[in-house]
Amino acid sequence: MAKSRIGRAEQRSGWLFIAPTLVLLGLFMVYPIIWSLWMSFQTGRGMSHSFGGLTNIIRLTQDPVFLRALTNTGIFLVVQVPIMIVLALLFAAALNNPKLRFRGFFRTAIFLPCVTSLVAYSILFKSMFASDGVINDLAIALHLMDAPISWLGDPFWARTVIILAITWRWTGYNMIFYLAAMQNVDKSIYEAARIDGVPAWARFVYITLPMLKPVILFTTVISTIGTLQLFDEVNNITMGGPSDSTLTLSLYIYNLTFKFMPSLGYAATVSYVIVILVAVLSFLQFLVARDRKA
Amino acid sequence: MTRIFAQLRLGLVYGALSLAAFVSIFPFFWMLVGTTNTANDIIKGKVTFGSALFDNIANLFAQVDMLQVFWNSAFLAIVGTILTLAISSLAGYAFEMFPSKTRERVFAVLLLTLSIPFAAIMVPLFVMMAKLTLINTFTAILLPSIASVFIIFYFRQATKAFPHELRDAAKIDGLKEWQIFLYIYLPVMRSTYAAAIIIVFMANWNNYLWPLIVLQTNDNKTLTLVVSSLASSYYPDYGVVMVATVLATLPTIIVFFLLQRRFVEGLTGSVK
Repeated sequence: MAKSRIGRAEQRSGWLFIAPTLVLLGLFMVYPIIWSLWMSFQTGRGMSHSFGGLTNIIRLTQDPVFLRALTNTGIFLVVQVPIMIVLALLFAAALNNPKLRFRGFFRTAIFLPCVTSLVAYSILFKSMFASDGVINDLAIALHLMDAPISWLGDPFWARTVIILAITWRWTGYNMIFYLAAMQNVDKSIYEAARIDGVPAWARFVYITLPMLKPVILFTTVISTIGTLQLFDEVNNITMGGPSDSTLTLSLYIYNLTFKFMPSLGYAATVSYVIVILVAVLSFLQFLVARDRKA
Repeated sequence: MTRIFAQLRLGLVYGALSLAAFVSIFPFFWMLVGTTNTANDIIKGKVTFGSALFDNIANLFAQVDMLQVFWNSAFLAIVGTILTLAISSLAGYAFEMFPSKTRERVFAVLLLTLSIPFAAIMVPLFVMMAKLTLINTFTAILLPSIASVFIIFYFRQATKAFPHELRDAAKIDGLKEWQIFLYIYLPVMRSTYAAAIIIVFMANWNNYLWPLIVLQTNDNKTLTLVVSSLASSYYPDYGVVMVATVLATLPTIIVFFLLQRRFVEGLTGSVK
């Protein structure tokens, strides 16, 4: 009897302690996402709108700006995330060697970009990639190219700058996750492999990578979600230009709502594209990770 | 032969790491050099220190009420951090300490919301805040951020290591649940709190999109917003921008170097 009374008191505390969280998340997360779903079937401008059925979804398929934003986001995702993850893995593997000198220095240096705000580093990159700026000077001095490139004036190079910038900011962040995971791998496995004459690259491919699979999956999902939401960098480095070549889905939603005549229903439809992409891609990544189980 | 190979590989590793370190540090150097140069020199790629530092500082303070702006950023970051930790650590503790089937299901739903991108809720949030006449207030910035599922998850994971005997002993001594949380759990978990403080403080200090939408008058703008708007004019005065960027980056760099070890623990703690 006494035990059940303690149980009930605990139940009450359990709900009381999470009550503020539930109220806040209900109001500012669950309600908006449902409102957004309802809104995506409404058409109209500003605050006046009416039920439009599938009008917004049809508009999506015919909207060249949306399709460009979707393509750009896809390009950033497919090119940038793999480059960054491979780089982070290689750096982590190199820094995991206890005999390496200046380990602390290298680790801190590569991690340092993570302490900058997205806006601050975006502006640094914008100024470095100016058309007669420091990057052009350096590249010409090193004979990497003959003439300066108009980095932010050309669609291809503008995308390249965005990809370089994101890679600069996030490689160290991912590397820290891999380093932490590598330190948890039992050292005797490597020792045994070394005695059996397994070369370093094979130890990396057949021991380190499989051991790190959960962490690699985690960082891939996090990076995918981050890239699908890309906003701060493009808004501050290129403002989506030139000619929408770096426009992302988030920036397009922002423009639809706060720059042009607000089209809230359509903006909500575009935002659901991101929700669906995040859900589908995360699910696929989990599937791929499971299938590779040897 | 293998000796030469090993030497070569080691050289390659050091070369690659040195290059990576150089690329990582260069923009910081560029930022510091930039504070001492004129806008024209910065755009032309000058990489040596100049003599325009005091002009740049004076121009920044003439254009922007820096004290007000710095205060806005600090207020939002500090109050936001305190509220987030209070609300979210309480929830993380409760999910782990008071197991129940219903709450377990609630927790699963919470985890699902982690994958909802902010872009998907910002339009309805904005309309809500407009209806509540909270546009251009700090309340509108704080409200949607203080229940953080990520921090709840982080605290739940950390609570698994909290010794349950401590709680049992405190109960026998007659402490109520909220007293146990406040007087036993909080001091014991202070390193978990330290790591969470860094994560939340940096996220709040650097927050951009939501403040950009909500804060509309100059006296309410944060440092991040000011840096962005200074740099987005057609001919930005980059000398001034660089000084503002240093001021915006300095607090997080100081926090990072003071608490470097806890910072790394904090970032990786959630996957351990």
